[in-house]
Amino acid sequence: MKRAARYIIFYAALFGLWTLLAELKIWPPYLFPTPWGVGESLYAGFQDHSYWIAIRVSMQRVLIGYAISVVLGMILGLGVASNKFLEETMGGLLVSLQSLPSICWWPLALLWFGLNQNAILFVVIMGSLLSVTLAMEDGRKQMPKIFGQAGRNLGAKGFKLFWYVLLPASLPFIVSGLKQGWAFAWRSLITAEMLYLSLGLGQVLMMGRDLNDMSAVIAVMILIIAIGYVVDGVVFKGMEHHLQNKWGLTSAT
Amino acid sequence: MSTNVQKFPRHFPIPVDPRFPARSGSPSGKVGPVSVGRPVRAPSPEVSKVGLSEICLSYRTQRGERLLALDNINLQVQAGEFVCIVGPSGCGKSTLLHLIAGLQPQTSGQILIDGKPVQGPGTDRILIFQEHGLFPWLTVGQNVEFGMKMKGIPKAEREEKTRYYLRLVHLAKFEKSYIHQLSGGMRQRVAIARALATEPDVLLMDEPFAALDAQTRDLLHDELERIWSETGRTIIFVTHNVREAIRLGDRVVLLTFRPGRVKSQFPVELPRPRHLEDPNVARVAREILDELRDEINRSLEAEYNEGVKPHVKTGVEA
Repeated sequence: MKRAARYIIFYAALFGLWTLLAELKIWPPYLFPTPWGVGESLYAGFQDHSYWIAIRVSMQRVLIGYAISVVLGMILGLGVASNKFLEETMGGLLVSLQSLPSICWWPLALLWFGLNQNAILFVVIMGSLLSVTLAMEDGRKQMPKIFGQAGRNLGAKGFKLFWYVLLPASLPFIVSGLKQGWAFAWRSLITAEMLYLSLGLGQVLMMGRDLNDMSAVIAVMILIIAIGYVVDGVVFKGMEHHLQNKWGLTSAT
Repeated sequence: MSTNVQKFPRHFPIPVDPRFPARSGSPSGKVGPVSVGRPVRAPSPEVSKVGLSEICLSYRTQRGERLLALDNINLQVQAGEFVCIVGPSGCGKSTLLHLIAGLQPQTSGQILIDGKPVQGPGTDRILIFQEHGLFPWLTVGQNVEFGMKMKGIPKAEREEKTRYYLRLVHLAKFEKSYIHQLSGGMRQRVAIARALATEPDVLLMDEPFAALDAQTRDLLHDELERIWSETGRTIIFVTHNVREAIRLGDRVVLLTFRPGRVKSQFPVELPRPRHLEDPNVARVAREILDELRDEINRSLEAEYNEGVKPHVKTGVEA
């Protein structure tokens, strides 16, 4: 209860400050919109279905891109973790590549895939692939060796060993990496969508800019944050909770 | 559910496979509801179940020195025999089990199962680890089922056998529990059920009871002896505890410290069931300990000199 009260007080204060600043009219409303204006934009956007369409398109892209990078990242990470040569050569490259914002791939993506959805997907994959790869590599190394031995001992090998033993055994160690990968995928997607107008939330945001409608821009920003928050809170928190229950790990918080 | 000492009926009616001749001292006459595969007997009496000939294992330490871990191990184990391997910590006895399990290749020599050389892991030999090695993401039942699932055994048969083996270790009620909900002793019993469920000819046990309290261990000794006599498996049991070895084994094999060599073998002819506190067990233990003492001293000395924190695994404790 106390926690809920703190939440309410914090957000009420934030909201109050915003209203106050907007009502003082220090800046013109097209530069600094009121909460009501943003609320109206949100309502209108859902009313004329443009936000629904944008959310659907964006979610579809991020899910495809993220799924591909999870599969690729796990294979790559497992390869790097179990092969000394790959670890020594590719390990360092992967870490250094992580400092590169994925949108830097945009010019190349445009040339390789043309101005279409695949270019966006490529940027999304490049955004989250490295997080997943590094997490998988780390998870494979942290995972107690005994699980692999027990699995092989009981007759698991090849893909079965990976699917039924190595993957579930490393899940608690890679879940934070998967979460980070998701965050990167989501950010990369919005960035790419802002550069290339193709439905999606990024485009709706840019449309607000073009129309000089800052209420709409903030409304979409709130949507982007909300979706990121919900996925994190529902999908990943749920996954962590589930794993902790199964493994009997105590919650870190 | 987090009790350390288990309470289960000591004379619980356990299903027995009628095709196995029960050994003396075991409850008999109960007909099992499930048909359970019996271990394949050696083709001829001259071929032992497990044959180790001239096994050597060496590896390179971090400082680049070559370390001989096992040196010319020769050991024949007959089908249905319960052999205990005893030695100080660091003598390579656990490693020897890993070699037999096929989890690691030996440097030279040959491991034969029914006269056929071992090539990698196989479900005819199942290793039970000291730290049980159960999968925490699976329920007790799914753990027991795992080996059968890998073999591609149909679901109905798997479920039936899972229940059978869980009953055998008195854990039928815990089929749906997760591993962390069980006590240490219960976990080891799940590990035993999981190993038995793949119907191996040979059970390899790597100090399975070392981390348990004395009461739980006593109960598990009784259970293991019963399961062994009912299922007729061949068991190779590694321990640092001499009394435990005598309590359980038909034969005790003594390994030397670094490199591991077979120092001597003691057939144990005391009648079963034996007890850890039995004066006869203590008497045989003293004989073996006299031989073992030098090795233990060497092992401790090496640990002190290496600056490793000496974890006292002397084998004198009961």
